[in-house]
Amino acid sequence: MNGDSDIDSEVLLEKVREIEAAKRRDEPLDKENTASILREKRDLSEPVSDDEASKIMSRRSRRSFLIGGAAAVAGYLGYGWLRQPDNSYLYERMFRFNENVSQVFFESSDLAPEFSPELAGARVNGAIGLSEGFNADAWRLQVTGLSDPQQFPQYSDGISFAGKDGAPGSMDSPPAPNNSVPGLLFSLDEIKSLPQTEMTTELKCIEGWSIICNWTGVRFSDFAAQFFPVLQGNRAPKLQSLPENLSKYVSLITPDRGYYVGWDMQSILHPQTLLAYEMNGAPLKPEHGAPLRLVSTTKYGIKQIKRIGRIEFTDERPADYWAEQGYDWYSGH
Amino acid sequence: MTKQLEKKHHLAVRWLHWVNFPLLAMMIWSGLLIYWANAIYSIRVFGYELFHFFPSWFYDALGIPFRLADGLLLHFFFMWLFAANGLAYIVYLIVSGEWRSIAPVPGSFKRAALVSLHDLHVIKKLPPQGKYNDAQRIAYTGVIFLGAASIVTGLAIYKPLQLAWLTWILGGYEWARWEHFWLMILFVLFFVVHVLQVALAGWSNFRSIITGYEAVKVEDNLPESVSPEGAKI
Repeated sequence: MNGDSDIDSEVLLEKVREIEAAKRRDEPLDKENTASILREKRDLSEPVSDDEASKIMSRRSRRSFLIGGAAAVAGYLGYGWLRQPDNSYLYERMFRFNENVSQVFFESSDLAPEFSPELAGARVNGAIGLSEGFNADAWRLQVTGLSDPQQFPQYSDGISFAGKDGAPGSMDSPPAPNNSVPGLLFSLDEIKSLPQTEMTTELKCIEGWSIICNWTGVRFSDFAAQFFPVLQGNRAPKLQSLPENLSKYVSLITPDRGYYVGWDMQSILHPQTLLAYEMNGAPLKPEHGAPLRLVSTTKYGIKQIKRIGRIEFTDERPADYWAEQGYDWYSGH
Repeated sequence: MTKQLEKKHHLAVRWLHWVNFPLLAMMIWSGLLIYWANAIYSIRVFGYELFHFFPSWFYDALGIPFRLADGLLLHFFFMWLFAANGLAYIVYLIVSGEWRSIAPVPGSFKRAALVSLHDLHVIKKLPPQGKYNDAQRIAYTGVIFLGAASIVTGLAIYKPLQLAWLTWILGGYEWARWEHFWLMILFVLFFVVHVLQVALAGWSNFRSIITGYEAVKVEDNLPESVSPEGAKI
């Protein structure tokens, strides 16, 4: 019995194989037809006479071309309207929207890749704000906009741009033209005494090129932690998690007020944002922003201001040199 | 003689197609304004530069120089519309089942080569086809991938910190920019061939992307499996 059923199933299987093989033999013809493989559908009307067909088609053409033409004209006019100088705020609004979207995904724990220091190079680009006659020895880093600066040894009640530290300010548009404000003054040695960080990262220019550089300096977050207002319960603020009572923005300005950038707090507290005083293992050169410049993996080079004169904490979105020229204020990665 | 009116392009496809045209043009145009600021790509053979992207007469003729800021704001404005339009098209293809008309199938590449030979007047006979021939299938599917790849490489350049993993996959920041550029060149090549083929195909075919319909001769027998009776699904 068992033997018989085995033979039966053998026969049956053989039959099935034959049928399958026959099917495959018949298939090639069908396979040549691309439409049938994916069972494509087509939508054809009942046959009509030539006259009828052209009548229907011209009726449809008229309608469609009119709608299409109107849409094209509307699009053209709309674009013309968008390009009017009066409406440039729309782009700015879009930049803000893009910035908000970007900040949803921004994590201070996200780090840009680091490279071997041997890959580091240098490229000089941009000298705005680096005016002649700068006295690096007399330079002090100014920090203003703190709620309670008197508590720090670096306190000074009269900080101004037109002082001993460089050429007098000549521009009206940059922020903080006020002559004398209370704040803190740091020497370069004081900044160098703070925890040192070295990184070899890719500087990206908004023009589209990039270069790997090695930087040594102090993380902006480490620097800021020295004098940010202490939070409730005398606990040191955990800066990168953004306590609510930090100001929203930071403004950085060259001593001659010729160049100025605005930063959102989140980006400037990123662990790869440094106040750098060395580049590729040597003290920063004047053309690269001596004595102190900002470097960061979070924004384009236009935001990485050279020769910082003043750092100001503020709740207002600070003025920004290139944003005034139509670039994105945020200019972030 | 009788004809049948074939509904070739759904209203959604017609709108998405024609909205995409100026959007793609805007992305390429604003991209050129950006590229000009660091115009470093060229075609080189054994170190000899055959063609530099782009010669100065090209920039001057189009008024491109010194418009980086303009390019960036246009690019980052219209990118949303371009991406949304492309996404809507993909969703439409899936939902309507029309992907079946444009997806390459086994043998498509072989038959696409035959189609090309036919179009170049080397051979007379066209391989059997559905709504589109196999060269079209490859081109129309390929251009969707071009769009998707442009968005992916664009994002890798736009947010290389937040999307560091993506930039890394694409070979780093500079390679991602190079890829983004060449995808644009491929878009332009697609456009050139597309316009040429449409011009050669004639008015009736062109009109169908505006009206949606094309009058086809009944004796242009469609393969049975795609005729209305044969379409079982």
